[in-house]
Amino acid sequence: MSLKIIVLAKQVPDTRNVGKDAMKEDGTVNRAALPAIFNPEDLNALEQALRLKEQHPGSTVTLLTMGPPRAADIIREGLFRGADNGYLLTDRAFAGADTLATSYALSMAIRKIGAFDLILSGRQAIDGDTAQVGPQVAEKLSIPQITYAEDIQSVANGRITVKRRLERGVEIAGGKLPLLVTVNGSAAACRPRNARLIQKYKYAQTPSEKQASADDYPLLSDARRACLTLNEWSAAHVGADVEQCGLSGSPTKVKKIESVVFQAKENKTLDASDAQIEALVVELITNHTIG
Amino acid sequence: MSNFYLDNPSLKHHLHHPLMKRIVELKERNYTEAATYDYAPVDFADAMDSYEKVLEIAGEIIGEVVAPHAEEVDAQGPKVVNNRVEYAPGTVENLKATTQAGLMGLSMPRRYNGLNFPMVAFIMASDMAARADAGFCNLWALQDCAETLYEFGDEAQRQQYLPRVCAGATMSMDLTEPDAGSDLQAVMLKATEDPENGCWRLNGVKRFITNGDSDIHLVLARSEEGTKDGRGLSMFIYDKRDGGVNVRRIENKLGIKGSPTCELTYKNAKAYLCGSRRLGLIRYVMALMNGARLGITAQATGLSEAAYREALAYAKDRKQFGKAIIEFPAVYEMIANIKAKLDASRSILYETARFVDIYKILEDIEKERKLDEVEKAELKKYKKLADAFTPLGKAMNTEYANQNTYDCIQIHGGSGFMKDYPCERLYRDARITNIYEGTTQLQVIAAIRHVLTGTYLLQMREYQSETLRPELDGLKARLARLVEIYEQLVLSVADTKDNECIDFQSRRLVECAGHIIMGYLLLLDADRHYEAFIRSAEVYVSYGEAEVHKIQHFIRNFNPDSLEFYKQA
Repeated sequence: MSLKIIVLAKQVPDTRNVGKDAMKEDGTVNRAALPAIFNPEDLNALEQALRLKEQHPGSTVTLLTMGPPRAADIIREGLFRGADNGYLLTDRAFAGADTLATSYALSMAIRKIGAFDLILSGRQAIDGDTAQVGPQVAEKLSIPQITYAEDIQSVANGRITVKRRLERGVEIAGGKLPLLVTVNGSAAACRPRNARLIQKYKYAQTPSEKQASADDYPLLSDARRACLTLNEWSAAHVGADVEQCGLSGSPTKVKKIESVVFQAKENKTLDASDAQIEALVVELITNHTIG
Repeated sequence: MSNFYLDNPSLKHHLHHPLMKRIVELKERNYTEAATYDYAPVDFADAMDSYEKVLEIAGEIIGEVVAPHAEEVDAQGPKVVNNRVEYAPGTVENLKATTQAGLMGLSMPRRYNGLNFPMVAFIMASDMAARADAGFCNLWALQDCAETLYEFGDEAQRQQYLPRVCAGATMSMDLTEPDAGSDLQAVMLKATEDPENGCWRLNGVKRFITNGDSDIHLVLARSEEGTKDGRGLSMFIYDKRDGGVNVRRIENKLGIKGSPTCELTYKNAKAYLCGSRRLGLIRYVMALMNGARLGITAQATGLSEAAYREALAYAKDRKQFGKAIIEFPAVYEMIANIKAKLDASRSILYETARFVDIYKILEDIEKERKLDEVEKAELKKYKKLADAFTPLGKAMNTEYANQNTYDCIQIHGGSGFMKDYPCERLYRDARITNIYEGTTQLQVIAAIRHVLTGTYLLQMREYQSETLRPELDGLKARLARLVEIYEQLVLSVADTKDNECIDFQSRRLVECAGHIIMGYLLLLDADRHYEAFIRSAEVYVSYGEAEVHKIQHFIRNFNPDSLEFYKQA
């Protein structure tokens, strides 16, 4: 059976290689100092989708991302690795969205894309670390969800079997399609970009990129290749209520951001007695340093 | 995050050589395939951009996957289990990543699912791969066997095997036997016709077969019973899926340990004739070997690159007598020489690859249509140059890879002798490069012809006639004087008309040609990118000059009667 798979992906600042200039004076993220990358766990999700596509001929993998115009890179990156097409959801109205407003916008876009069998997303993004968007999208679409997936073991007869990686072990869970799965970083790494696909899609651009670009190439290539226009949707395209999008749709308010620098201010000397060690363990658990 | 393409600007420099315009327009048949294949380029800039993007993927996989596995693969190596080779786990992952990225069959035409890349781009990937892991470079570079299968196989064979290579099937060339190493005319593996099954049957033993348990083999075998020389040998294709060839053992080698070197037994193995009978050695294997020699030249260059980087990093880091050792003249001179030999190696590597590209593409076009007069002249010129530069480049670069990895250990001092640093692996890996695919001594035999007939001299004059930026006038004049010395030396040796004397001096003459040509090539590089190459140009010309004078002194003072002293009583 062929599957229609949607992969949710996010462009994030690469917080894994944080240097000393990663934060600005005012405590906000200095995006200029951090390269924008494909959220790592979303790549794990994409790999699961591509594997299903291989196992089920005729399946399609569609990427959906929300972000500024430059997030079109995420769609191209997905195409280079084997996705079939993608949609960039971009609009000033989406700016400042928290997880609720984001999942609303994504769910509206998914409705617009139409019928699907499976939605895959990374467990969480490395910038916000909330792990909320995937589950919220499922709720808004009224479909079941399986989180923390490490491996999609099978899809057959309208059912899916997933191996979940949990804190204290693994669990095999089943569910009925259509359904949403969030994928853990412990799942298989995504395959590399492919030489043929990179040549095929390197000039793929969104309409706004084409307008902004002074390069003749897209025009030249357009004449020969129809596949090079990436889909770009605004809030109006997906019929989203602007009030529920972006800052206005976000109940989360950021009161203050602090750049916390850990410093050793005091020290304690313990002897080797069990009592003292136990007391330290209790103290560390109580103040949430460990445990 | 390391990308072996992006972190090495000299690769981009060589990729963007002016001659590429001609190479790409020939290779792409004036960009006509864009109508059929959505990944074919629409013009020159598009093609070059594609090469860069694909080399970037290759550089990323080599830097991120192959390089981190190198040490472990070297320690574990492949195993033989039930007559089959099992690669080290790191090797398996390397092959998987390169295949998934669509990098196999890089140079094959698109109609067989290849990328139709010129040799220059393919060789560049080998160059990078060898910097990471010379053993893996072999497995990668053996896909070049597909080139021979494409050139000499029939259309049905091309359609049968080439798409498999592009999908990741590995290849090997089964040539040598216990009694047929450098002398392949002595090959004994027996091929018998099996008309009932429309195939041939192979029986016998092959030895020292790199990647001998590959999916598709090209096999040199004796098809003409009763013959004793090269004219009784034919080339066959053996498909592992048909069975009949077993791996008896793999060699325990000094280096390139990740690459299995196999002893194979053929028991009635089914095989198919590739091309015509009797042309196996004299035509096909010679073509195969020329491709393989270029591959080894790339491998040696990649090893020199790795040696340079290791030496430089260590010399900057290591402090003795209160300062970094790179500040001592004895050390920085060694590093400058490594760098100069590395840059010179890379220059002759890509110069050769370009020559090979032009003539091979024209030969391929000749199968489709008649060449015009200009193209015919071009084919003739570049074929001759490729023929001359292939053995010269292999001889020079592989010897330099040995010298550079040797010096790299020396810079590491006692630590270099320990297993703790990559330099000892580089040193062991480099040692095979000047032996296999024809020893340096055999390259000299191939190259001396072009010394005596003037191919190199003509090319030196061609380089001399180029107009370069005036800052390079001094170096150019010095090279022009070396050309004069070279010409006189060649005449003086040729004038003896004594073959033994000529053989005796031939390595010296070939080396002179190498020093001068590589000096000119560095000058041309410095003309395009002055800052990037002027140091190596200066250092290499000074080095080459001293070498040529040394050789001049030896040859001038050589008395033919003293040959006797060189023969052991």
